[in-house]
Amino acid sequence: MSLQSDDIQRIASLARLSLTPEKSERMLAQINDFFDLVEQMRAVDTQGLEPLAHPVAAMQDIALRLREDVASEPNNREANQRSAPAVEHGLFLVPRVIE
Amino acid sequence: MSDLHDLSLAEMARQLRDRRLGAVETAKHFLQRAAGHLAGADSTGTGAYLALDPEVTLAQAHAAQARLDGGQAGVLEGVPVAHKDIFVTRDFPTTAGSRMLEGYRSPFDATVVTRLAQAGMVTLGKLNCDEFAMGSANENSAFGVSRNPWDLQRVPGGSSGGSAAAVAAALTPAATGTDTGGSIRQPASFCGITGIKPTYGRASRYGMIAYASSLDQAGPMARSAEDCALLLSAMCGPDLDRDSTSLDVPAEDFSLRLNDSLQGLRIGLPEQFWGQGLADDVRAAIDQALAELKRLGAVVVPVQLPRTELSIPVYYILAPAEASSNLSRFDGVKFGHRAADPVDLLDMYRRTRSEGFGEEVQRRIMIGTYVLSHGYYDAYYLQAQKIRRMIANDFQQAFTQCDVIVGPVAPTVAWALGEKSADPLSSYLADIYTLPASLAGLPGMSVPCGLGAHGMPVGMQLIGNYLQESRLLNVAHQLQQHTDWHQRRPAPASKEIA
Repeated sequence: MSLQSDDIQRIASLARLSLTPEKSERMLAQINDFFDLVEQMRAVDTQGLEPLAHPVAAMQDIALRLREDVASEPNNREANQRSAPAVEHGLFLVPRVIE
Repeated sequence: MSDLHDLSLAEMARQLRDRRLGAVETAKHFLQRAAGHLAGADSTGTGAYLALDPEVTLAQAHAAQARLDGGQAGVLEGVPVAHKDIFVTRDFPTTAGSRMLEGYRSPFDATVVTRLAQAGMVTLGKLNCDEFAMGSANENSAFGVSRNPWDLQRVPGGSSGGSAAAVAAALTPAATGTDTGGSIRQPASFCGITGIKPTYGRASRYGMIAYASSLDQAGPMARSAEDCALLLSAMCGPDLDRDSTSLDVPAEDFSLRLNDSLQGLRIGLPEQFWGQGLADDVRAAIDQALAELKRLGAVVVPVQLPRTELSIPVYYILAPAEASSNLSRFDGVKFGHRAADPVDLLDMYRRTRSEGFGEEVQRRIMIGTYVLSHGYYDAYYLQAQKIRRMIANDFQQAFTQCDVIVGPVAPTVAWALGEKSADPLSSYLADIYTLPASLAGLPGMSVPCGLGAHGMPVGMQLIGNYLQESRLLNVAHQLQQHTDWHQRRPAPASKEIA
């Protein structure tokens, strides 16, 4: 299996990245090299095995914990928005979406 | 008399409690040492630090001194620490080594930062690292490389490269690091210091900027196992409301078993860790340490970790997949960089992310996006998770025959700056010995065990079963009672030991 340059463009679009033609070409070569390495993994017989998502599930039963649905933090809007690129009246600004 | 920066953490804490040493004086001493080591600013230094703010540090030191004077001192009251720039901090900028977060100020502290502050530690600053912890050489930092204090033309390892360099050059007595695929152990090995990654879930991930959530784990980096035990005890503990993967096991005093005897300890040597990829100098240094451990009563047994090589593709599928998801939050809306004059929302997303992320980060996002995309999920992501189960099972099989596993941390000593940066795959391959324990979520550590080629340090890796950090620290401490590799200093900082 080998990726082509339009695959790279498609993936970049899904990933919300815009790659220059040179970067795109470099990445194509590097990612194809990487997938050569991945081939050995695809041949492994994993029938009947449960995927391991949480490493400690190999040791003990892991139950996803939920906390009580109550407010635990004070209103900290100003501090939370301090590093935002554009804010007005406590709202995050983005380019116009609806004409 | 030792210099202040040569004291062990326990000794420094004792002298602070006995008021033979002042917290402010201690902070000033380390700030002065750290000053020439900001990344980018001074190519003659290590570039270990990304941010220093003496005013903040000294205010913390004054507060610590007040608690020392008032008899309310924490275990590590007044002892300085510096944090990898992956941990968010309210009082210092946090960048994760990325342009994306240049100038970012977190509204809160990471749990690990809070816990160490509660133990009384004073923050010196933030430490350089690979961008979003993606890298094995610290060359992927957007703010300049960090250099190895043993040879400034060599890498300190990564991704916690600044942490390792700062401890090795005594620019801080202790540092935090994070380890996703070896990012504490490998730089510790390259810089001749001690570092431990605990069992996944021991230390809270709250406020640790996420790279690969099912692998990321925080841990301490310091001179000795004894120092690491003190730090680890302060760092770890359940954080059930803030980290859904935090382990519900009580906090532990990891110093209690440091002096246990090694008589009868069964050391497993995985055959797959000693193959032809391992450099002779690294092998020789570890062999010496093993001989010392045998003198102390340990026995060695051969074990098998047959899927060691597979851990490379498995890790480099799983980690980028999780990264592509985690890094989707960087969209130019709530924090961080935003591209100028976007024509629409999509243009803003795409240009923001391409300007803000470095090339390695973009590469991993691309791989992750691809393996999670429709039609490929089963073949890559799910298959990798199934092999991850096999790797975890292999360890459990090995631990029926041994108490700890010993191997190299990395195939070679630290390489030259630039040597692997043009070929990302070559640095992925060098992660082979640290990835298996990461995938299984097991505790692992690096212990200095000698000098190899070019006089560069070599680390020995110890891997334990789940929650066996105390055993690892015990083995490392006993080794350090009988060898002095962890006391060796790079030439510029070397001092005669009185």
